[in-house]
Amino acid sequence: MGLLSWLKEGTFSHGVHPSYHKAETQSKAIRRLPFPSQLIVPLSQHIGAPAKAIVTPGQEVFRGQVIAEANGFVSVPIHAPATGRVKDICLMPSAKGPHQMSIIIDVYRADTQEVMYGLEQDMEKMPRENISKAIQATGMAGLGGAAFPTHVKLQENKDYDIHTLVVNGCECEPYLTTDHRVMVEQPEDLLRGIRYALRATGAEKAIIGIEDNKADAAKILQEKIHDDDPISVKLVRTKYPQGAEKMLLKSLLNVEVPRGGLPAQVGVVVDNVGTLAQLGYLLPRGEGLIERVITITGTAVKNPGNYTVPFGTTIRFVLEALDIDVDHDKIILGGPMMGASVASLDVPITKGTSGILVFHEREAICDNEHPQYPCIKCARCVQACPMHLNPAHLGWLAENREYAEMADNFNLRDCFECGCCSFVCPSNIPLVQHFRVAKAYNLKNPQEVA
Amino acid sequence: MSAKRPLIELSTSPHVSAPQDVTVIMRNVVYALLPICAYAIYQFGLSVLLSIFTVTLTCVVTERFFNWVGKNPSTIGDWSAVITGILLALTLPPGFPLWMGVVAGFVAIAMGKALFGGLGFNVFNPALMGRAFVQAAFPVAISTWTPAFFTGRFSEFIPTTLTMPFQTPPDVSVWVQKVTIDGFTGATPLALRQIQLVNTDLMDLFLGTTAGSAGGSATALILACGAYLAFRKMLDWRIPASIFLGVIITSGVLHMIDPKFAAPMFMLLSGGLMLGAIFMATDMVGSPVTPLGVLLYGLLIGFLTVIIREFASLPEGIMYAILLGNAAMPLIEQVTQPRVFGAARKKAFSTINSKGGEK
Repeated sequence: MGLLSWLKEGTFSHGVHPSYHKAETQSKAIRRLPFPSQLIVPLSQHIGAPAKAIVTPGQEVFRGQVIAEANGFVSVPIHAPATGRVKDICLMPSAKGPHQMSIIIDVYRADTQEVMYGLEQDMEKMPRENISKAIQATGMAGLGGAAFPTHVKLQENKDYDIHTLVVNGCECEPYLTTDHRVMVEQPEDLLRGIRYALRATGAEKAIIGIEDNKADAAKILQEKIHDDDPISVKLVRTKYPQGAEKMLLKSLLNVEVPRGGLPAQVGVVVDNVGTLAQLGYLLPRGEGLIERVITITGTAVKNPGNYTVPFGTTIRFVLEALDIDVDHDKIILGGPMMGASVASLDVPITKGTSGILVFHEREAICDNEHPQYPCIKCARCVQACPMHLNPAHLGWLAENREYAEMADNFNLRDCFECGCCSFVCPSNIPLVQHFRVAKAYNLKNPQEVA
Repeated sequence: MSAKRPLIELSTSPHVSAPQDVTVIMRNVVYALLPICAYAIYQFGLSVLLSIFTVTLTCVVTERFFNWVGKNPSTIGDWSAVITGILLALTLPPGFPLWMGVVAGFVAIAMGKALFGGLGFNVFNPALMGRAFVQAAFPVAISTWTPAFFTGRFSEFIPTTLTMPFQTPPDVSVWVQKVTIDGFTGATPLALRQIQLVNTDLMDLFLGTTAGSAGGSATALILACGAYLAFRKMLDWRIPASIFLGVIITSGVLHMIDPKFAAPMFMLLSGGLMLGAIFMATDMVGSPVTPLGVLLYGLLIGFLTVIIREFASLPEGIMYAILLGNAAMPLIEQVTQPRVFGAARKKAFSTINSKGGEK
């Protein structure tokens, strides 16, 4: 029994081990890129209703000033990432594909870009029910990638007793090291953010889950935790997708979130370390979220590293600033397992962007020419799927366009597109893409699904 | 510079993939089969060398022929036809007439694979389809066994090997008397036990010094080659493991009821069970993908093997057992779909603490 529990400790079943490529950037301190001359700030950088612009073209804006306000509860305001003049509010390319309403700001070149806006607030004295409001005012959306408005999670839950706050420091995507650097460089901010989140949710304790390839960060945090903090650091096995919240809860607490459910149903709230570190920095100052740390790496990047970038900075500017020559290359926003390759260099960096990866075409990672073979039923996808689905059969159904059957009898809805099945497939079948198509089809034709 | 519009590659996530693709897996299976071929040639000489070569070539040519007929791109580059050919040759008797080997190879690819739509779509293991066909078509030739390590095996063919096409192979009993000193009958350990009630030494079985199909007897070597593939994750070790378990349980129970039935160890080590369990039952296409399904599939094959060996008129049972296992695979898979993460299970939701639920 002892051996069995040791094997199950700090991990979940299935998953994959891609090559991580974190060494290139994980020891490099966070640096700041110069300000671009123009920012494209989309109004929808988060999940939920897009923010409502409250500036007009020609208006002067100051760094940190609210330029768009939250439009409802599941929405967050947007702050000016730099001092300048609003040039236009129009449709611009976005990472998601369709053009989105964005505020274009011509940045003043000579400005110091000091944050002028902010109203210091005493967080210790703030009543618990106000914390969520204060979080919303910072414009915080999950910096891990999903960009879900943070104040919605960090509030008193009316339906479930929240007993634990899980802080996600896994960063299981290969190449990315922003969370790692933030934990190493801003442990005080992070712990402060955790204390605020504990108060806001009413959770009794917080657990910081960190993959064991970032043991240095865990050690630093361990040293900074006060004796009276109900905060603990726990190492989990390095395995993709350890950072998926359902997998992390299985690893840390050995609980399974019910299908289609939220962590709150098992009494847990999960938030990312980058998000909480920013909250720990912004809340006492009463400032808004205007920039974030992103990892810029990949085989085409000569000086990879972690950089602080204001929102709205275009990929084109980043590439030029770092002297990256792009030709026949692939540019990915986020990690290589779940990130999206971008079609335009004018796509701006938003709250959910955790990294920019640039790969030369000749590298295997860019090779679209992998020949596809028929499924040989090797079962590798079945053994890789962290949700315990049967991707082999789902893929077969998808090729026969039996999309409704996939959802009805083969649990298509449980797939969160982590990419493990496509990653391991020796026949190079684009399984995840099949599943995306199937989900989109079912969404459009709900009458076909039982 | 301004005129230059950089080209950007687009694709959907994930943007990385594990290095092993189908051809790598198939090629490694071929590598793993080569030592077994070498030992078979060492055991039985030139006849087996020529048989392996001819059958494999037939399979590859047949594969290409059906590509051509179906106006499809060539699939011989995926190495799967080579595996079928080598496996088929290894299951045939050492002195199997070459022309019959060609028939077996053709049937294996044509009826076992091409008719179903090629790699990935075959229901049955192609090599065993070919073997089953010649078992029915040439019952005498398929059960004509010649002794291992006969003198002069590297300078002459077993007389039956070079039988002219569509001719009946000559009787080898005289020749067998000539090349062996100790009056070896050429019967396999399984036949010896079933017909003459003679038991073969387990060590001989393990090391593969006995008569039998060309590549079926070198138990230790087959295990080692299988272990290599399993180590490289190109073979699902759970399948042979559950077949062995099925064989041990079934023959163990029978042996306990009546000792006239063979003991589990003899069952495991004799005949083509090792080759079948490790290289044929594990054929990915014909085996289930679900974890529980793999166990059931293996147990079923192990059970059927013992039943056929003990109660049917055939001394060997692994071939039909695997084919029946292949046939049962879709059903097994259907009833063993994995439990989805977070789906209801006994006690699974004991941690739920809904306030609404308490009211």
